[in-house]
Amino acid sequence: MTALPAEDTQVLSDAKTDKPWITLVWNDPVNLMDYVVHVFMTHFGYSKEKASELMLQVHQDGRSAVSHGDRESMERDVAAMHGYGLWATLAKDD
Amino acid sequence: MTGYYAAKKQIWLHLDEAEVEVLSNLVDQLEEMVRPADAEASDPLDVLVGIDPEATAPQDAAQARLFPDAYREDPAAADEFRRFTERELRSARLGQIEVFKATLANAAGSATALDEETTAASLGVLNDLRLVLGTRLGLQTDEDNEPGAMDPQDPRQPLFAAYHWLTWLQSQLLGALHPDGL
Repeated sequence: MTALPAEDTQVLSDAKTDKPWITLVWNDPVNLMDYVVHVFMTHFGYSKEKASELMLQVHQDGRSAVSHGDRESMERDVAAMHGYGLWATLAKDD
Repeated sequence: MTGYYAAKKQIWLHLDEAEVEVLSNLVDQLEEMVRPADAEASDPLDVLVGIDPEATAPQDAAQARLFPDAYREDPAAADEFRRFTERELRSARLGQIEVFKATLANAAGSATALDEETTAASLGVLNDLRLVLGTRLGLQTDEDNEPGAMDPQDPRQPLFAAYHWLTWLQSQLLGALHPDGL
């Protein structure tokens, strides 16, 4: 029997909380509004209405939290957003 | 008429030879940027599992725009994320470029029908090209995007014109994909 390393304990305690991390998409002057809506619909399966609302939030407020979940899922979402050319980061949801 | 359009329940691309040549040149430059610098020198096992132990934040602004930091206030976490994702991201982009090049070859002088894969590759490559050109042009605001925003004497006018043409092509494709609007 081995003790869990400190890092793994941290992962476990993160996983216990419900949705502690968020994917943030940031405004940029190049990505087209329609393209951003298309990406939110395609990757997250959001309705046109929800995807448009999030896009407008990015455009007007400079950023929007587009998904919530554990750290690993948010890293996957951020990597996918980078693949689409969107400027995305993940952060703890405070 | 050239560009992307919807007809017979499909999306089509039709370009003339000169347009294909311009796009091919741009795509070749993108390919050079996206290809990992040390592809031959890397540990095959790292390549296999998609890890790049050398990956660090790019110095070049356009590269940094294609491969941004995933953590804003935690450089160590951002570097770690990069080591585990950047190689895969680069190879996905290269894959899209290959698909797009084949589409271009088919679209030169006659219309070619796109499927899901070629449509996604078109959207992705056009967007990557716009990001690179937009960064090179130093576009910072929505106003900088206006076609009249640049001095006509500015030596970057051809690049700016190419950027707007790419914007137009991408808009056409989005319009064909979403005929009811977005």
